[in-house]
Amino acid sequence: MSASRDEIFATLSRLLEPFNPKGVALKPDTEIAAELNIDSVGVMDFIMEVEDTFDIDISLNVLSETHTMDDLVRVVEERLKRDTP
Amino acid sequence: MKDLLEKHRPVMERHDMALAAGADAVGLVNDRILSPTRAIIGGREVILAGTNNYMGITFEEDCIEAGCRALREYGTGTTGSRIANGTYAMHTELERKLADFLGRRHCIVFSTGYQANLGMISGLAGPKDTVFLDADSHASIYDGCTLSGAKLSRFRHNDPESLARRLARHDPQEGGRLVVLEGIYSMFGDRAPLKEFIDVKREHGFQLMLDEAHSFGVLGDHGRGLADEAGLEEEVDFIVGTFSKSIGAIGGFGAGNHELFEAIRWASKPYMFTASPSPASIATSICAVKKLAAEPWRRKKLMENSRHLFEGFKALGLELGCDEVSPVIAVKCADEPSTVAMWNALLQAGVYVNIALPPGTPGRTYLLRCSVSAAHTDDDIERIIALFGQVVKGQGQDS
Repeated sequence: MSASRDEIFATLSRLLEPFNPKGVALKPDTEIAAELNIDSVGVMDFIMEVEDTFDIDISLNVLSETHTMDDLVRVVEERLKRDTP
Repeated sequence: MKDLLEKHRPVMERHDMALAAGADAVGLVNDRILSPTRAIIGGREVILAGTNNYMGITFEEDCIEAGCRALREYGTGTTGSRIANGTYAMHTELERKLADFLGRRHCIVFSTGYQANLGMISGLAGPKDTVFLDADSHASIYDGCTLSGAKLSRFRHNDPESLARRLARHDPQEGGRLVVLEGIYSMFGDRAPLKEFIDVKREHGFQLMLDEAHSFGVLGDHGRGLADEAGLEEEVDFIVGTFSKSIGAIGGFGAGNHELFEAIRWASKPYMFTASPSPASIATSICAVKKLAAEPWRRKKLMENSRHLFEGFKALGLELGCDEVSPVIAVKCADEPSTVAMWNALLQAGVYVNIALPPGTPGRTYLLRCSVSAAHTDDDIERIIALFGQVVKGQGQDS
């Protein structure tokens, strides 16, 4: 299965809804934790949702270098490719 | 130049808001400690119901005597690491006594419980390995994982299926796999469903470390913790625990049967690069381990007291952290201001409990967390229930 970047972006936006009560508009350069004011545990909870939805692993170590929506789209895209035989 | 401390301004503002509502909830000063269950705080005698002093063992005459003797005979501190000048006969004696108590071949003592998790996890896992940790793990487990340099995979709290999915995606050729669970989780007081996790272990294969910080001394026929209670000690590869709760001192330990276990001493910076526990602390710990074995009434009384408080809170209609009786009983509250207000009202009325706020709590909950002691009397428990009845219901709990 290969999802396009737009599809990944749309899914991530949907998964972010519970963490974004103020409804901050999401763009590729949106800094997820900083702009949505999500604390460290919230970020990890969101990533767990992403892992389970796409059936991929995103090691917590990756998070220190993943800040924006676009960063995360790239991580998901790369993991999906890695898992495709 | 960006100021380093500026990022903490919101934390300070949050603290100032809590201060405006009363006492310093996260910096409270005990002026005097009268007993395992009583202190003078702000000039008033209060019942202590948030100290993790499960066995009520901090004022035992024989432990105090042993500590005083050690101070006189061995001095105030060891001034060195276990791998240099800091190993005394009493350190190895405590390790032997604990290994015997736990029914394990090896035991390593660390200077604090926090360092026991740092030292064990970083001693077990390295950069090529993966640690699978429960989402609600204690901060010392997260920090131990970070220190290890291993890849980290976080599964849903107490959800063996969520762990199994992550293990299935992981390539076993990639490196070792360590799963970390806790016997009793410190915030909600719930136990890990150990049998179900062991089923996953049999299917997928991994090495298992169980942190018995809140269950050591508390659970099981021998007081060895959750693995003892569940009859699954042989399936648990490594045990971690602390002296700061049921032992009433400070320090921690790791234990196991692995033939290479002792190598952790030389693979673990939190063991090597800190001073060894002080003589007095080791001496009181040796005495307390003997008491855990010799005085099973403490466990029985603790569980009776826990059931008493649990049922009292249930009868008040309070929403609790979990549905099983454990010495950790958390009352869920609506929001930060009401939790701070209730915590202050309880303190004013004469009972100290812990306040626990996000992000340090599971599921962003606001908690008044109680921990029960074997040293609480039935009257103490009745009083705690009555005060919660007055204060929490008066303020309106989450509803």
